[in-house]
Amino acid sequence: MSNASNPEMRVIEVHNLARVEGEGSLHLKIQGNRVTDIRFGIFEPPRFFEAFLRGRSFEEVPDITARICGICPVAYQMSSCTAIEAAMNVKVDGPLRLLRRLLYCGEWIESHVLHMFFLHLPDFLGYESAISMAADHKDLVVGALRLKKAGNEIVRLLGGREVHPINVRVGGFHRVPDRAELDALGEELSACRTFAADAVRFLASLSYPDLEMDYDCVALRHPGEVAMLDGAIATSRGLEIPISQFPDHFEEVQVPHSTALQGRLRNGGTYLVGPLARLNLNWGLYPPAIKKLADEIKFTVPCHNQFKSLLARGFETLYALDHALELINAYEPPTEPAVEIKVREGVGHGCTEAPRGILYHRYEIGADGLVRSATIVPPTAQNQPQIEADLAAYAPRLLALPQEEMTLKCEQLIRNYDPCISCATHFLKLTVDRA
Amino acid sequence: MNIPGPLSQKPRLAVYKFSSCDGCQLQILELEDELLELAGEIEIAYFLEARRQALPGPYDIGLVEGSISTPAEERLIRQARKDCKVLVSIGACATAGGIQALRNWADIDAYKKRIYPRPEWIATLDVASPIAGYVYIDFELRGCPVNKRQLVEVLSALLAQRRPHLPTYSLCIECKRAGIPCVMVARKTPCLGPITQAGCGALCPKFNRGCYGCFGPAETPNIAALGRFFQEERNVSRPAMVRMLRSFNGYLEPFKTSSDDYEQCIQP
Repeated sequence: MSNASNPEMRVIEVHNLARVEGEGSLHLKIQGNRVTDIRFGIFEPPRFFEAFLRGRSFEEVPDITARICGICPVAYQMSSCTAIEAAMNVKVDGPLRLLRRLLYCGEWIESHVLHMFFLHLPDFLGYESAISMAADHKDLVVGALRLKKAGNEIVRLLGGREVHPINVRVGGFHRVPDRAELDALGEELSACRTFAADAVRFLASLSYPDLEMDYDCVALRHPGEVAMLDGAIATSRGLEIPISQFPDHFEEVQVPHSTALQGRLRNGGTYLVGPLARLNLNWGLYPPAIKKLADEIKFTVPCHNQFKSLLARGFETLYALDHALELINAYEPPTEPAVEIKVREGVGHGCTEAPRGILYHRYEIGADGLVRSATIVPPTAQNQPQIEADLAAYAPRLLALPQEEMTLKCEQLIRNYDPCISCATHFLKLTVDRA
Repeated sequence: MNIPGPLSQKPRLAVYKFSSCDGCQLQILELEDELLELAGEIEIAYFLEARRQALPGPYDIGLVEGSISTPAEERLIRQARKDCKVLVSIGACATAGGIQALRNWADIDAYKKRIYPRPEWIATLDVASPIAGYVYIDFELRGCPVNKRQLVEVLSALLAQRRPHLPTYSLCIECKRAGIPCVMVARKTPCLGPITQAGCGALCPKFNRGCYGCFGPAETPNIAALGRFFQEERNVSRPAMVRMLRSFNGYLEPFKTSSDDYEQCIQP
């Protein structure tokens, strides 16, 4: 649409950004070759979880927080449980902790595969959706559906169902599987391994915009393993803090165009969470087979190109597949499905690696076992300022493109983040004012 | 459900999202074995989470996820009703208000102040409501989340112009049929199964826990009898009774009134 009063100014308006979880909007104002205003807005209706969690029993919390997000409910359950267990001074270790890792592997697989092949890849191949893409790339879409299903099978087996699992509780599980149940799962995961590796090779052959940003990557780091449930919060600029110190170093700010609070480092900087940040911080712990594949496709770490988060998700999917198989093979059923909880008054912090990045929870629990206060900082809220910074760097390069193509590129950049606006709180409207 | 008039030869589907977690519309994408076949039978004309192409209405079938909790949503749902021949609400948010309807018992301004430094920037309605509070709904599919097999049944029924075969009886019947030992008897675990609608496959009892009511009230639930048993035999306190009824379907009758009665000590 051109502006009649100023032939130089063009406005692009996309009312709904598609293939993201939730609703948001973007407004870009470009003057000359400078982006003068960026607002990545989130219009997802506020649902006030932190308010109505007050007064609920600690036992209900993982069931309630799961409902923040239908795509990553396991992440919410894990952060809730670990935070509350910290408040109760309980440690969930051994086979129960490993079962939690297995459950998380299932969520990483199903969430990553959904985003890689159904939400993100159509941008790279020039389709409006995976449904259209399936006409020309049927084997790829069918393979991806099978892989996604395998991830979901893990969640279904351990959690009862893929969306809002029912089997997770503070202290562990309600019921743990026996060996035979896990063996059947292992067979299907193994059967998907070749497709998953070939898919990463295929993704590596795509053309990626060369946007390199100086990201401050933030992820959990654990000395002995790729962190999922616990560890320290580490940044690529050298900060390493216990989870309980998250509020000392990170803050949430409110901006008028968002119902999600935005995360920032207290020194004012934007930061990156999610698959690419995790890979950059934890690559040393990756198994040789995956590193070999990275060499083969010439993927180098650290990588500061968020478009390549598509590959990062691919590597994490492979890791989750291999790790799940490893956990299944080594599985010894725990003697009890959960650690006993003795209710006490306390404050607990939890942080786990949701598919989209670190998910921080803090709870204050009373001696009666009821929640006194709750704080939840989801990954997309933390990435929101970084998305705006990426757009500010990327948009000036796109000025020569026709409107539709420029809009599509900006949308693609947003989709790099697999934004979960339901989590952050959504309609993604994209408007670009060109002056 | 009213049987709709004839649909288009390739019926056009719209999927809408209101205040929700995305989990119920995600169940469509979780139909890994049926998704491509479904896309062959139905034209997915509007489904923002899945595709960028958004074809204009009218649509034959609209699936609505989420509750109505902002002024903008109220305008959009009225438009959706005009655009769709058949409108089906899917999931606890759309059929009962969902977990966010817990705020209906609270002072919303106090809630805003608790979470947002600048509450005046946040636009909300006083209550989060089910879709049927605003527009006529042809069919409601319960669940938090909906069961994807039931979702396929509803779509199949619509395509075949018949009524969907979905139970409205209690979870206990589903649980007994599956041969699961009663958790309330065998484990003395409080279970909402006797008053909750079947549909999930009796998942919680299968995993040794009590039902917590994802599918909302069954037809003619005897909440008072269960409440008495909980308090006398299972050591459930009155405030705990209120919390059990007030969760994902808490704003739906008769859960709503019963929870109020327990809170105000009217219910024994």
